[in-house]
Amino acid sequence: MQVSRRQFFKICSAGLSGSSIALMGFSPATALAEVRSFKLARAQETRNTCPYCSVACGVLIYSMGDKSKNAHSNIIHIEGDPDNPVNRGTLCPKGAGLLDMVHSPNRLKFPEVREPGSNEWRRISWDEAAERIAKHMKADRDANFIETNKDGVTVNRWNTFGCLVSSAASNEPGYLTVKTLRALGVVALDTQARI
Amino acid sequence: MALQSLDIAQRSATTTPAPSVRQTSEVAKLIDVSACIGCKACQAACMEWNDIRDEIGSNVGAYDNPADLSARSWTVMRYAEVEENGRLEWLIRKDGCMHCADPGCLKACPAPGAIVQYANGIVDFHEENCIGCGYCITGCPFNVPRISKQDGKAYKCTLCSDRVAVGQAPACVKSCPTGALQFGAKEQMKDYAEHRVADLKSRGFEKAGLYDPPGVGGTHVMYVLHHADRPELYRGLPSDPSISAMVHLWKGVAKPLATVALAAVALGSLFHYVTRGPNEVSKELEDELEKEEGQ
Amino acid sequence: MTNHWVDIKNADLVLVMGGNAAEAHPCGFKWVVEAKKQRKARLVVVDPRFTRSASVADYYAPLRSGSDIAFLGGVINYLLANDKLHHDYVKAYTNASFLIDEGYSFDDGIFSGYDAAKRSYAKDTWKYQLDKEGYAKTDPTLQDPHCVFQLMKRHYGRYTPELVGKVTGTPKEQFLKVCALIAETAAPNKTMTICYALGWTQHSVGTQNIRTMAMIQLLLGNMGMAGGGINALRGHSNVQGITDMCAYSDALPGYMSAPTDADADYKAYLEKRTPKPLRPNQMNFPQNFPKWFVSLMKAWYGPAANEKNNFAYDWLPKKDGAYDVLAMFERMHQGKMNGFVCQGFNPLAAVPNKKKVGDALAKLKYLVIVDPLTTETSEFWKDHGEFNTADASKIQTEVFRLPCNLFAEETGSYTNSGRVIQWHWQAAEGPGESVSDTEVVARIFQKLKAMYQKDGGKLPEPILNLTWPYRIPSKPAPEELLMEISGKALGDVFDPKDKTKVIAKAGEQLAGFAQLRDDGSTACGNWIYGGCYSQAGNLTARRDNADPSGLGQTLNWGFAWPANRRIIYNRASCDPAGKPWDASRSVIKWLGDKWGGNDVPDMRPDAAPDEGVGPFIMTPEGVARLFAPALAEGPFPEHYEPFETPLDKNPFHPGNAKALNNPAARVYKGDMEVFGKAKDYPYVGTTYRLTEHYHFWSKHVAINAVLQPEQFVEIGEELAKEKGIAGGDRVKVSSMRGHIKAVAVVTKRIKALDVDGKKVHTIGIPIHWGFKGLAKPGFIANTLTPFVGDANSQTPEFKAFLVNIEKA
Repeated sequence: MQVSRRQFFKICSAGLSGSSIALMGFSPATALAEVRSFKLARAQETRNTCPYCSVACGVLIYSMGDKSKNAHSNIIHIEGDPDNPVNRGTLCPKGAGLLDMVHSPNRLKFPEVREPGSNEWRRISWDEAAERIAKHMKADRDANFIETNKDGVTVNRWNTFGCLVSSAASNEPGYLTVKTLRALGVVALDTQARI
Repeated sequence: MALQSLDIAQRSATTTPAPSVRQTSEVAKLIDVSACIGCKACQAACMEWNDIRDEIGSNVGAYDNPADLSARSWTVMRYAEVEENGRLEWLIRKDGCMHCADPGCLKACPAPGAIVQYANGIVDFHEENCIGCGYCITGCPFNVPRISKQDGKAYKCTLCSDRVAVGQAPACVKSCPTGALQFGAKEQMKDYAEHRVADLKSRGFEKAGLYDPPGVGGTHVMYVLHHADRPELYRGLPSDPSISAMVHLWKGVAKPLATVALAAVALGSLFHYVTRGPNEVSKELEDELEKEEGQ
Repeated sequence: MTNHWVDIKNADLVLVMGGNAAEAHPCGFKWVVEAKKQRKARLVVVDPRFTRSASVADYYAPLRSGSDIAFLGGVINYLLANDKLHHDYVKAYTNASFLIDEGYSFDDGIFSGYDAAKRSYAKDTWKYQLDKEGYAKTDPTLQDPHCVFQLMKRHYGRYTPELVGKVTGTPKEQFLKVCALIAETAAPNKTMTICYALGWTQHSVGTQNIRTMAMIQLLLGNMGMAGGGINALRGHSNVQGITDMCAYSDALPGYMSAPTDADADYKAYLEKRTPKPLRPNQMNFPQNFPKWFVSLMKAWYGPAANEKNNFAYDWLPKKDGAYDVLAMFERMHQGKMNGFVCQGFNPLAAVPNKKKVGDALAKLKYLVIVDPLTTETSEFWKDHGEFNTADASKIQTEVFRLPCNLFAEETGSYTNSGRVIQWHWQAAEGPGESVSDTEVVARIFQKLKAMYQKDGGKLPEPILNLTWPYRIPSKPAPEELLMEISGKALGDVFDPKDKTKVIAKAGEQLAGFAQLRDDGSTACGNWIYGGCYSQAGNLTARRDNADPSGLGQTLNWGFAWPANRRIIYNRASCDPAGKPWDASRSVIKWLGDKWGGNDVPDMRPDAAPDEGVGPFIMTPEGVARLFAPALAEGPFPEHYEPFETPLDKNPFHPGNAKALNNPAARVYKGDMEVFGKAKDYPYVGTTYRLTEHYHFWSKHVAINAVLQPEQFVEIGEELAKEKGIAGGDRVKVSSMRGHIKAVAVVTKRIKALDVDGKKVHTIGIPIHWGFKGLAKPGFIANTLTPFVGDANSQTPEFKAFLVNIEKA
């Protein structure tokens, strides 16, 4: 066996810093060769669906806290649901990274307003936000609502207001959004399906 | 914690014999390169499960991100565009620890208990025992372990030993959308690989085969390759990896000699280590020596 | 999808074209890999780029972006010329034998009835010849020169392999190889599935791209079969569900065509939408339209919708023109809009021509953003350097930003591309004061309602009478909403065959849409979801994944619309006598007295095969349409160049400038002027998604920002060499509408193609970057794209436009 100078140097050096230390009794001899403990042992498991693409993979969400009154659920891990017939426990790089979307530092936490001409956001209450938005909408609707067209046909539309409805929202809010928009007379509505 | 303990087959820098009465089956991860789409779900799952997040880097003119393994990226996809006889192939290989049966890292490691091999074949790093010397890197024929700039310790894939210990597949394997990653008993994985190789041969990949290199005693991470005759096509997968001569010498002859002869020096060395941290001068010295050798 | 994700595993051939399933739908793509592993299926990928899908394909062929109809029309010609058809299927289940009006013609790229000034067609010659009873005439021998089969043969006879190659840039032998592989599935016991997505829709001929493929699947007899079908892989997790709810101007929930100014009254509205059968004995299922419509109005207006007021028909807004997203931004740009809500939508990044979108938003009085994340749109007014130049002090739009919950923080249902509705459960509370999307809508609506109650205003009735039976008005429960969507009996519902038999008692949830009535005794928010929450409970929450057939149908997992059917048109999986074309993959069959098997039959259960009821129950003729008059630009798909094309003429019609681009596509004034020409912008730009990212969300996600941190564009080695660009260099890509800067990835995976004697290079532009997020800030890719859409769907032409490139 040929040993180069570099290798010989390394052998000696390793001897110095390694087992010779153990020999001298400084080894952390009691170190247990335990594996890292399984972090989900007592975590709460909730079944959900990945919100990214329309494969709609089943996911298992693990959170700290057992839903007792004083323990706030904090999501600590998300992985694929093996029971889901489509993804069978697998996830793509987006699904496998969902935990970081839940905890993204760019999550919005409070209602905010940017006043006309202003260069910044200002935090407002939900009530103020809903009140101001509703006032804008009512003034706009009452001023621009079209009851009949030039041929006298009842058309009852409000077309100076529009809404883009989220394809990432569940069916239930989607349905409620459509129901309320149509009741207001809105015709300018669309969703991501088109693009 | 007994439930989560795994029998230990080998432990670095330790002469105490390993217990060998209990027989547990060996596990393996099979990477079927022919089914891999390079989506990086395995990378994401690895980061998420193991609570590591690498730096948000840059695009270096390729899909490879992070561009290399690191203490916080224990697996990366390596992309190779190979064009031969007018046919383009995009060969994408998941790189990471191979969990060798004969682990060069463990053999080279001078820190007692910093590297262990479990009876199921997993080679695991225990960073609390790691002294950051970097010899595992030298010992590794696949250039896998990396020293953290943050804590000076070596890190690499654990094959999710924490999941395997409770009967779960590694995070990467579970996530893999196309089933390019499979996990099970090593024998099972070899059987599965046989089917895949037969399928590839039926599709015109005559040299398809299993990568389970004997030079390191076989591995607990294996590849199915369309071109098993040329593993280097897959971004330099070594065709015949083996543990370097140096590590063998260290284990066979030099270690007992050095231990005795240098015991006295060691105290000083330890003192140096305790007060100054790992000996970082040695790397520069090594490079210099290497340069001399090259001349 | 006519079929569903798991069903892909039943295919013998998987064609990925107009999409990149491995990249965009990796977990669905597993079933492609599974088909390869378990069935020895072949995977063929046709794409301008050698994609991640191509990396595991058995065969790959390139084509020029925007030339798919030329390619697929060539496939039709190949199938007809080489007699690779499923003859019995074509004869029995398509309109091949139907006779078309003698006035129909096609002349040098233009169909009969064209009005160049209006850029639209009068369709009075695109119709069947009818007999005295009003039924369509047919020629079962397929020999009549006016029958669809002969017209189709003539139309696609022009799509020779030589001309196809000239237009697509696909080398002839590669094109023919793909044709040969596809043709193998004409055998009754072989199926091909097609996985497509935005690579087909995002063209000015998007709808016709898909139609051409549908024609191929019909000629091969692959519709209704396990492992067959036309499978749109679709986008967002619930894009299918929100489309089903019809959150767009043209339709009401369940794809009921919405009223327009052209509908003079309620009677005319219903008549136009309730067709008469075009062949004897057909189910002509849309004849039930009044039941669906009345039930919707009862769900919305309860007792306030009744026979006396035409079930509140007048309260529905009537549409006077287009209000799709492009039309909306055009109106906004013209200053015709005051208010706008973006619910989980980022139009500044997602809509073409970012400058136009930004200018339009600045003309609004108020803008409301509802989102879990900080979107670019919410800060369109803010200066972000070269990524978004703006002067906030000059923009008077009042912008509200409301935080809403993510999937993990709410309970509800999503509908996947396979039409399977799946329930999910809340795991934690959202951060800060974030609330569910439902709560945002409810809070604002409750405020508005209170204002109208107190102060009155324009037409307050629909607002004040809108049903709101939710226990907490500001927070309707998802279960309450799904029950409303699914439908319930308001009065007792009787069996139509036995008027004494009550099939649903007043107050009960209905079992399905078959129980809907047009007399006001039922309420249903979306007829196609009928029965998803029945007396048996919430069927979307079912979690039994048993698969006794081995086909992957899992009929007790969630609920698939319609009627829990997993493969639609499944009657066509059997021959006319009711025997499966392929017994080894039997979906349903005639059991002697009824239909049954491994799926919910898409057929009246007791319709004996000899009654001749066609399998395509949603058409009045009962068969599928090879000739389809409903489309805007012609009953047969024809190749037209993208609006920005590297060619100066359409090689199919070199002498006719009118037939260069889609003659029926809508182009706004001002947009035509900013279309680029090949002399200034010589390269084909195409935008797309990467598997590491999802639109503009995942740049906010640390893991995904690590996996693809920085904006890049992809170019071929030949172009890189020509331009002196090396991999890793920064480059500037410009179009007539603006520019972006990014890192260059130089690759062998994009090749220059020889198109009509010209070398055409493609520049690939991933879309995921912007000026908000954890990933490195980048430019919005839609700075470059043209503001023009498909003539039918108005889906923008993101996939083929002209750019230039230089070192930055």
